[in-house]
Amino acid sequence: MNYQFDFEALLPYWQSFLQGAITTIQMTIVAVAIGLVIGVLCAIARRSAYPWLRLVVGIYIEIVRNTPFIVQIFFIFFGLSSMGLTMPVFFASVFAMVINVGAYTAEIVRAGMEAVHPSQIEAAEALGLSRFQIYRDIILMPSIERVYPALTSQFILMMLSTSITSQISAEELTGVANNIQSYTFRSFETYIVIAAIYLVITYLLRFGFHAIALAIFPRRRRLGTPL
Amino acid sequence: MTDGFTTNHLFYLLQGLVWTVVLSALAFALGGVAGFFVMLARTSPIRWLRRLSLIYVQIIQGTPLLILMFVIYFGLGVIGIELPPLMAAGVGMMIYSSAYLGEIWRGCVESVPRTQFEAAECLALTRWQVLIDVILPQAMRIATPPTVGFMVQLVKNTSLASVVGFVELTRAAQVINNSLFQPFLIFGIAAAFYFCVCYPLSVWSRSLERKLNVGRR
Repeated sequence: MNYQFDFEALLPYWQSFLQGAITTIQMTIVAVAIGLVIGVLCAIARRSAYPWLRLVVGIYIEIVRNTPFIVQIFFIFFGLSSMGLTMPVFFASVFAMVINVGAYTAEIVRAGMEAVHPSQIEAAEALGLSRFQIYRDIILMPSIERVYPALTSQFILMMLSTSITSQISAEELTGVANNIQSYTFRSFETYIVIAAIYLVITYLLRFGFHAIALAIFPRRRRLGTPL
Repeated sequence: MTDGFTTNHLFYLLQGLVWTVVLSALAFALGGVAGFFVMLARTSPIRWLRRLSLIYVQIIQGTPLLILMFVIYFGLGVIGIELPPLMAAGVGMMIYSSAYLGEIWRGCVESVPRTQFEAAECLALTRWQVLIDVILPQAMRIATPPTVGFMVQLVKNTSLASVVGFVELTRAAQVINNSLFQPFLIFGIAAAFYFCVCYPLSVWSRSLERKLNVGRR
């Protein structure tokens, strides 16, 4: 093995790397924010009194959770364009990500909701809380608090999955890397640099989610329970 | 030329499905062996070994599998090893699954009550005897549901082997779509195939979990 590593060849492209990293983070934040709302709604729908609603949401969750993300992206992106519906790659990617992360979130939040003891809901009803208040304060927030670690690791997996959107030529970190390695012919170095950047983003997100947890779960903060 | 979807296309997709299953099995077998060693290192009494394996796990879990595939594919080429795509994809999937399986199994080993370790040590069992005869039989019971759950993950992630040119189900679907351009149909069938493999595993994992929890309810 007499390969000369040449990371300097990549230096002129640092702005592209940065731009790619920012796009990756943007896609993740948008998709996670919308996906969280959809996931919570689906989790509530899974407990609904209407069997057909439970069934429809259940089918959605099972289909998304049992097929690969890359196939979902191809299905959505190429499928929509075959119907003559073309949209910017960024939106198509985020759309696919929202559908994906929504299903996983729904399943995680549902597990948290099931862990809420029925007596707590009965107690809340006895105190005369409205249905909305019960859902928000008794069911939703405590269950999200309980499954928060699982949620954050799912969101970080989603961030890593944004790399797959490069396959429909989204200009996020991996897409940028694909371009750069075709200019410089330094493919090995490029992907090592990219891997390091992903690692940094992973830690940034973990830090961010931890900060969010400290802000929105005051009980945890008081008790000093680690998340 | 584009007569539409024929049985030949379906057969090609089925072939892709077979390769997906082969790659998944390979990744699980190799990754399982490697993951066992990762688990041993993560629970080892030697501190630097624990640290080293932690760094390994953090790096693999903190970077996308797609990038890992690229690094291996281009990296091996750079060193001068020309691997067939199946082996390149297999090595990538092995490294990926070793980190995740190692971490899952570490959790299971650590969830065996501390007293079991201590009692085994009091009986003057060696570290190997403690592990093989006392801890693993108990840990394996806990480890089965998450391991089966991870197999779903593994089958789905073999789809990323398509980017290094390995013709499994996703690649086969892409190839057909490039000539026919009926994405809803073709990727729909591919998704259905994946679903047929993954859904039974998901159901199995869930039922195992329920059985395991019977005592605790």
